Amino acid sequence: MRTMSTLTSNTPAPPKPSLLPLLNRALKGPIQALQEYSLLVGDSIVKACTPPIYFSDVLEQMDVIGVGSLPIIVLTGFFIGGVMVLNTAAQFQQFGSTALIANAVSIGLVRELGPFIAALLVTGRNGSGIASELGSMVVTEQVDAMRALGTDPVRKLVVPRVLATFIVLPLLTAVTDLVGLFGGFAMARFQLGITAVEYWHRSVTALASGDLIQGIVKPLVFAIIISTIGCFHGLRAHGGTQGVGRATTSAVVAGSIAVIIVDLFLGKLLLYYFVS
Amino acid sequence: MATRPNNEITGEPLIRFENVSVGFGENEVLRNISFEVDAGETKVVLGESGSGKTVLLKLAAGLLRPSSGRVVIMGHNLGEMKEVDLLDFRRRIGFVFQESALFDSLDVADNVSFRLREESRNVREMETRVRESLRFVEMEHAYHKFPAELSGGMRRRVSIARALIDQPPIVYYDSPTAGLDPVTSQTIITLILRLRDSNGVTSLLATHRLQDAFGLANFVFEPKSKRVLPVWEDGDGRHFALTKVLVIRDCEIYFQGETTELLKSEDPYLRQFLA
Repeated sequence: MRTMSTLTSNTPAPPKPSLLPLLNRALKGPIQALQEYSLLVGDSIVKACTPPIYFSDVLEQMDVIGVGSLPIIVLTGFFIGGVMVLNTAAQFQQFGSTALIANAVSIGLVRELGPFIAALLVTGRNGSGIASELGSMVVTEQVDAMRALGTDPVRKLVVPRVLATFIVLPLLTAVTDLVGLFGGFAMARFQLGITAVEYWHRSVTALASGDLIQGIVKPLVFAIIISTIGCFHGLRAHGGTQGVGRATTSAVVAGSIAVIIVDLFLGKLLLYYFVS
Repeated sequence: MATRPNNEITGEPLIRFENVSVGFGENEVLRNISFEVDAGETKVVLGESGSGKTVLLKLAAGLLRPSSGRVVIMGHNLGEMKEVDLLDFRRRIGFVFQESALFDSLDVADNVSFRLREESRNVREMETRVRESLRFVEMEHAYHKFPAELSGGMRRRVSIARALIDQPPIVYYDSPTAGLDPVTSQTIITLILRLRDSNGVTSLLATHRLQDAFGLANFVFEPKSKRVLPVWEDGDGRHFALTKVLVIRDCEIYFQGETTELLKSEDPYLRQFLA
């Protein structure tokens, strides 16, 4: 009869649980993706500054991203302005300074909400559009066909989208700000009885140059983030139509999260340099 | 003339694979692949689905880089070239993709002239070249149509026209007859015969259809009469179709040679393939 000791001696020792392979598997993918994304961003910035640049494609993308996004930007901006007035009115009324609402709406929109809302809307509408368009081209081998025909897909597909977003997002942000101020004015005038002169005078005088710089710099940075994330996920699509769907979802999720995170740090940096 | 008297072809082969291996992550796709394709010759790459035929063609076009070994095309070692040089190099080859890979947003004329537009060629010259190329594949009537309006066979022919626009010396065909009916498949094979025998195009053709290999090996296009004729023998000797076969199995080359040798083979796998 075999004793317990012989049994245990014949049984191979179970492998020691090690965290290293698990960590390796968990971190390798995201780190590699981050590396590839950084390379794409660098490559597209270099190629956006060197010829050849496909200007007709840039114009076409400006139309798709800029003009195409205008209706949702106008609609959302107007109501965001109105909602701001509605929610802050009670607080200002407590101190008898209802007219200061115009200052709050103006600064809030120009510094923060205008760039942020415009960026999130463009992420949802165009980040997804870019990812699905490029993803479809990848899975149907159109991107390979482009390379086989001697054309650089980064120059032909990525750079025009990055440049177009870079140009139109600040403009869309300016529209959001303006329409938001009108939305705020509508609520302030008809709900709180603030006069037009007082509202617009306070809205304009409340703004300092630092606020305007924030309002311009943020959309420029967001534009690079949104467009490159959309292109990155589109170009990495694989696995047919399901893969295109996954790429589109990833582009919107990653783009929105990146905008929110960068907004905090960029906001802090810009406040430090231009406002405080 | 579509004939190949002995010792007619001399010098460097246009396509040369030397111990090429490639894999994606832990999956090995091709191992130790070595072969050569002489000028004017068509090499039919046979293999089951997923055997690495497309990967082999993409390696030959520099769209993928080998893990080891050398891919030498027209004297260029593609593994050592930068992507920017590869883009220039690829303008000298044609690639017909399995699903045609036409650009959805462009019409047939713009698809075919894509390469010429990139080089900012003269508009009049472009139109002439596009019409010539479309006429060759008998698709001139589709000049203004979009890919979505074309059948699978028509798209395949437009894809061939696009690959031929700059008359490249080398063309790669990735399963050009896959999913097509027998009549359309024959039309495509005839086009490839014409390119091989009239224009002297060197090519790699990936397929899982043995009929394609035999169609190319047993027939020649006679430019004078513009007829497809079976290979024949006369006082000058046997008139060869410039076609050889390469079979890939389990990531490696399983067979390499003439179709006549393939037919005579007693190997069980090849017999199964031939059945």
